[in-house]
Amino acid sequence: MIRVEGLTRHFDVSGSWLSRTLDRRPRQVVRAVDGVDFTIERGETLSLVGESGSGKSTIGRMIVGLERPDAGRILFDGRDLTSIAPAEARRQRRRMQMIFQDPFASLNPRWRVRSLVAEALGPAEPSAGPAGGRSRRAQRRAEVGRLLREVGLQESDGDKYPHEFSGGQRQRICIARALAGRPEFLVCDEPTSALDVSVQAQILNLMRDLQSALTLTYLFISHNLAVVYHVSTRVGVLYLGRLCEIGTRDQVFGRPRHPYTRMLLDSIPDVTLSGRPRTPVQGEVPSPIHPPPGCAFHPRCPLANDRCRRERPEMRTLPDGVAVACHAVEEGRAG
Amino acid sequence: MSSPIIATAAAGAASHGAAAATGAAAPLLSVRNLSVEIPHRRGAVTALHDISFDVAKGEILGVVGESGAGKSLTGQSIIGLLEPPLRISGGSILFEGQDLCALSPAQMRRIRGKEITAIFQDPLTSLNPLYTIGEMLMETVLTHLPVTPDEARQRSLAMLGEVGIPAPEERFNHYPHQFSGGMRQRVVIALALCANPRLVIADEPTTALDVSVQAQIIALLKRLSREHGTTVVLITHDMGVIAETAQRVCVMYAGRVVEIGPVRDLVSAPRHPYSQGLLQSIPRAGQPVERLAQIEGSMPRPGSIPEGCAFHPRCPRRFEPCDRTVPPSYAIAPGHAVACHLFAEGAATGEPG
Repeated sequence: MIRVEGLTRHFDVSGSWLSRTLDRRPRQVVRAVDGVDFTIERGETLSLVGESGSGKSTIGRMIVGLERPDAGRILFDGRDLTSIAPAEARRQRRRMQMIFQDPFASLNPRWRVRSLVAEALGPAEPSAGPAGGRSRRAQRRAEVGRLLREVGLQESDGDKYPHEFSGGQRQRICIARALAGRPEFLVCDEPTSALDVSVQAQILNLMRDLQSALTLTYLFISHNLAVVYHVSTRVGVLYLGRLCEIGTRDQVFGRPRHPYTRMLLDSIPDVTLSGRPRTPVQGEVPSPIHPPPGCAFHPRCPLANDRCRRERPEMRTLPDGVAVACHAVEEGRAG
Repeated sequence: MSSPIIATAAAGAASHGAAAATGAAAPLLSVRNLSVEIPHRRGAVTALHDISFDVAKGEILGVVGESGAGKSLTGQSIIGLLEPPLRISGGSILFEGQDLCALSPAQMRRIRGKEITAIFQDPLTSLNPLYTIGEMLMETVLTHLPVTPDEARQRSLAMLGEVGIPAPEERFNHYPHQFSGGMRQRVVIALALCANPRLVIADEPTTALDVSVQAQIIALLKRLSREHGTTVVLITHDMGVIAETAQRVCVMYAGRVVEIGPVRDLVSAPRHPYSQGLLQSIPRAGQPVERLAQIEGSMPRPGSIPEGCAFHPRCPRRFEPCDRTVPPSYAIAPGHAVACHLFAEGAATGEPG
């Protein structure tokens, strides 16, 4: 359904021309997303995981059109959204929606919930006469009620303002808004990170129910590996703007190949107290302004050698379908 | 296990049940029937209701709960940093036998920073951006310990090395913005520990950090607590962090302690319906489930806390007394207490599934 090829986004974070000239500093560029490829099949959930600065949110924003890619293609049902006419791209993008992390920031506090959801239904069409207008208004009202019920709220909640709701209920309102345009594809950017665990469970269950009821396709962006395991069909692991491993959930979690994936999985706090041995984790994510040469992960990698420090690894698909960008895996050093 | 249900007769004594079973040694910190309220034009809103727990010397006690459960307020009460108009309306906080609630602000200042210190969630706001980390460490050491500036410097450098900051000599003169998030939190930990405190209140110390850094900070806290014998009250919403770090857990809900017990027992067999729901709603990597268990509804806000047990409107196992009387704390095993009517003597339903 979605194919992303060589997606790249750089941000210029240098100071003004004057301060650059005075301090004799060069331009500074953050490579937020640097040549990412993946596909999402209809009806599945692809999750992107990574630590802060890995570029996961930027990818989601580029797909829905909130951010313009510097290079690469976004194919939606075979049509390249980056090269078709803007009007046509907008028409295609109506089939996608996005759910954001913070349900407190994404709802206008001065609007009633009914208006917030009705806004997402699109402009009211001009009516033929007073009678037609009334029936359209009734139709819109009924549609808002249906959406609110669909996400587990009551129709009467439409008369309230966002501050009357808890965080979880606000996220339900955001989901109702996203569903208003009857989208086929949803980008969910950390939808439960601001919520408590018991509420997170409610929202994750709701998202799963909606996916099967409405055959939705999700791109799920999160840093929480346990949540990712729960929701995903396939998982892609990002590090400093590049994909380092992508495969089905059970492949990535069951037999992680890339040293970074292994380290990330090892760092999940263990609720079960299984006494599972954990490899001590080293170092932190380096600055994306000056990413290390070669493989970006080499300063933290226990398997790094000279080639890793020099040459950037390419994505290679292994016989079982997992794609990994790692010299050590390719050379069989990863064990 | 834990079938003996000991209902302590007197309601007042009941909440001490957890404390009595903790151990023979006198606890370092003993919170007794602590209540905190927000004064209001008409009456007051109760934010913390009758909280009691003990922390033994050298122990790490985890305090877990969702937002609004009152876990941070508990920490702020202990260190004497409650934001007015919040005020302690009852109970006591005994630190080595001394009631912190009865101290004057000046007396409390001498204890805070020396005997009791805190680590907060966001390392950037806990550090002054205008001072180098060396200056901040030196100031802390010189304020609280009888040492010369030279000794203070040595001590600060040793502390930086101990929390895992590479090249401490060089980093000593750096400002907070020159550190990454994980390194900043290490500096905050160094600051909290440099005067050799007896008790550290760690309020969500890893929440703002990435998972790989979080694992490093947890390991560091555990090691320092073990090596220095420092007692830690670890406040977090993340059950995983608690399970990895603490020896005992205290589960809070709507300003009350609902269950307190050893980590192993509480994580493998939680007894309070809320603790059970909380643990079941956590997704776990490697354990596929179709649907997560969910607790319907959400935590009540202070001011609209229901009568009786605060959890009863959401509780799948509620019965007659739940909406009328606040359940006292029942000791169900040594060091394990549950505030739930299911565990009252004679309650037929005393064995949750």
